[in-house]
Amino acid sequence: MTNLSCGTGPLFMDPDPKPARAFFRKKEKKLINKVLSVKEAVSRFVADGDYLASGGFGTNRISTAALHEIVRQKKSNLGLAGHTTTHDFQILAAGNMHGEKLLARVDIAYIVGLEARGLSPHARRVMESGQVEVCEWTNYALACRLQAAAMGIPFLPVRTMMGTDTFHRSAAKEITCPFTGRKLVALPALYPDIALIHVHESDCYGNCRIRGITVADTDLARASKKVIITAERIIDNDEIRNSPHSTVIPSFCVDAVCEVPYGSYPGNMPGEYFSDEEHLRQWLEVEKDEVEFDRFLHTYVYNVPDFESYLALSGGVERIKELRTQEFLVPKEL
Amino acid sequence: MCEYCTIELMICVAAQFLKDGSTVGVGTGAPCAAAMLAQKTHAPNLLIIFEAGGFAPQLPSMPISVGDSRTFHKALMAASMMDVFNTCQRGMVDYSFLGGAQIDTYGNLNSTIIGNYDNPKIRFPGSGGANDFAGFCWHTITMTPHTRKRFVKKVDFLTTPGYLTGPGSREAAGLPEDTGPYKVITDLAVLGFDEGTKRMQVEKLHPGVSFDQVQENTEFKLLKIPVIEQTEPPQKKELEILRDEVDPHGFVIGR
Repeated sequence: MTNLSCGTGPLFMDPDPKPARAFFRKKEKKLINKVLSVKEAVSRFVADGDYLASGGFGTNRISTAALHEIVRQKKSNLGLAGHTTTHDFQILAAGNMHGEKLLARVDIAYIVGLEARGLSPHARRVMESGQVEVCEWTNYALACRLQAAAMGIPFLPVRTMMGTDTFHRSAAKEITCPFTGRKLVALPALYPDIALIHVHESDCYGNCRIRGITVADTDLARASKKVIITAERIIDNDEIRNSPHSTVIPSFCVDAVCEVPYGSYPGNMPGEYFSDEEHLRQWLEVEKDEVEFDRFLHTYVYNVPDFESYLALSGGVERIKELRTQEFLVPKEL
Repeated sequence: MCEYCTIELMICVAAQFLKDGSTVGVGTGAPCAAAMLAQKTHAPNLLIIFEAGGFAPQLPSMPISVGDSRTFHKALMAASMMDVFNTCQRGMVDYSFLGGAQIDTYGNLNSTIIGNYDNPKIRFPGSGGANDFAGFCWHTITMTPHTRKRFVKKVDFLTTPGYLTGPGSREAAGLPEDTGPYKVITDLAVLGFDEGTKRMQVEKLHPGVSFDQVQENTEFKLLKIPVIEQTEPPQKKELEILRDEVDPHGFVIGR
């Protein structure tokens, strides 16, 4: 096979399973109580310079509490896996202001936009300034990179991105299939330093349940060196053991469990509450003016102690009740 | 005949291309409206797939995100992004429905940047799942407004593959055989791709639109099929379903 090409984008993380295996070997496997406050979990497990991945899908089942806490603690120089990161990206990009640099490098599949809601003015400013190093991928590519890491292999061969600038600006490499002789794209395994995943239920050890689509989170939890779980509810370990088929993330992958009811707000949480479109619109609107956005951030993020206070400012449980009526998957009373 | 707006016409035309019993990967907005309309009219067995993991939902209303809970409401399966694109890669998805900031004569799409990559004028979201869908699905349908800024000689960034540089180039690049752009539905016309050259051709003109008008709004030279017919206006029944059931709040059709 001739003409095998290589993407020219930067490879931010080592795809070699050897150091990852050594790390995972030492990770605590026994059942220990990992319940922490979000503040404590973020300060203990998120280090400056870490490569981060946000679970869920942009405005759906995101760990808003952990994302806000990262911004509030002014973490810096982070990497990010951006597979359809929308409001989560918007929150993290808020840390790139006044010369501060929360985000330093981003693997991009989808950033800056909030789907049909439009583009984030602030995230655009950050990404168009050139202050963040970037590498292009696709949603499937990032999902495969996490799966390769979850499998403990250095790459996965796929047929996506071929012939496009997306490939040329990625860090993937073309290879020849040893069976068919055809060209394939090798996607390097991605082992994030830290993942933030919001789930419906977890026990105090970190055995988690997700109702609905898992997006890429089952692989993300297995691929990441450290995992912070925020959960709508902490449930008893007996419940987990009574239906082990419902567990999608096992405790031996998890480092911290934080109970955060309504923790995906203003995002959607399947079966719990729908997204707060008014609040998301307000966020997009205030971003147009940097001074106003700065004031907004101080009101809602920097000057509040925790997620609960942010939720209270945004309408609290009353607002959540309204959003529950818009969520069609809320179980109906018998 | 009854009155309709252009976006309604585009959605009704797009819906017609989705055959009953086929599978389609859609995004939110107009593509989703077209798939819902098709499901409620001629294609009750249309299997709609959303990239975040929703397989075959019965949509209670228009999703806002391709990963919100409506995309797997009463679905056959709530799975993962991996499962969706694996399904596409192994050849089980007939259509994908995309948009983009720019499109060229081969149907290549740009949704990454406008300007120079290292110093972009506008940073757009990037591929998301568009590159994956267009690489793997048998037919790609694009819906986009028709302007010279969008229909360009050369896309600033080739995010998502059309016919790349012409006949045979998708296969040479390693993409699955017999896949590629199928239709482009705009506010002026329905366009397809010439079998031999893989270049874009005008196939139907919307009522009151001339070929010259379409060409004026296109930077590259358009081909045309021998006999260009007029796009059939939406039927009363289609419009009723679109307005009353598919998009009653007017999120997409703006009523």
